[in-house]
Amino acid sequence: MGTVNLAFHVAKEDFSKAGEASSSIKKTLKKLGIDSKIIRKVAIVTYEAEMNIVIHSHGGKITVDIDTEKIKIQAIDQGPGIADTNKAMEIGFSTATQKVRELGFGAGMGLPNIKRNSDKFAISSEIDKYTKIESSIYLTK
Amino acid sequence: MKLMEIKELLDAEVLIGEDTLNTEIYSAFACDLMSDVLAFVEDKSLLLTGLTNLQTIRTAEMMDIDAIVFVRGKIPNQEILTLAKENNMCILSTKHILYQSCGILYNKGLRGANIMHK
Repeated sequence: MGTVNLAFHVAKEDFSKAGEASSSIKKTLKKLGIDSKIIRKVAIVTYEAEMNIVIHSHGGKITVDIDTEKIKIQAIDQGPGIADTNKAMEIGFSTATQKVRELGFGAGMGLPNIKRNSDKFAISSEIDKYTKIESSIYLTK
Repeated sequence: MKLMEIKELLDAEVLIGEDTLNTEIYSAFACDLMSDVLAFVEDKSLLLTGLTNLQTIRTAEMMDIDAIVFVRGKIPNQEILTLAKENNMCILSTKHILYQSCGILYNKGLRGANIMHK
């Protein structure tokens, strides 16, 4: 298997399309014959990241790069940025609105859940500029 | 427990997936918080929920959940059912409340899903 690169734009507050990118990524991984446990981890990471972009950001992009060793997921948005990324990583910390909570999200579990399903994880952010999440999931251990 | 038995026990209506009722279900998870489904569910479980929106189906898709029971008589709209159908899911709707639905199934031997962490 060579390198496969996927990229998806994610629009802000478009809840009717939220999850389409992750769905497409999951279907591609299935076609590539990736192990179902790995696919599940990638699905959780991409879906949580996609929901974060829809809920919190001005819009962004998810890219997935698959090589023989790992699946690397990057989610980057166009702001507003996170003032304290350590705080954002705490389980239960949330800035989500009531509307988002009614959709079954905004419990402050997304970022910790992404980290838990990643073999390698990094978050960086600059106020008014971007938030970037990088997650790698290894295909072989 | 087969989906057919779950349908009968809960006196549920099959909204999508009449052809999947022979599928065996080994465990169940119940909540209205999709964040919890994403964070906890480990098995290919049955999901019982009162939350009827597209994100319920998307969350189930991500977690390889093939069967959902909507409780409290809730019926999702056509767009949601179409997405469920595309994903070959079985969608049931029961008039029972969540607590009652879980009690009925648990009493008949359907156990709670294994979860990933405490």
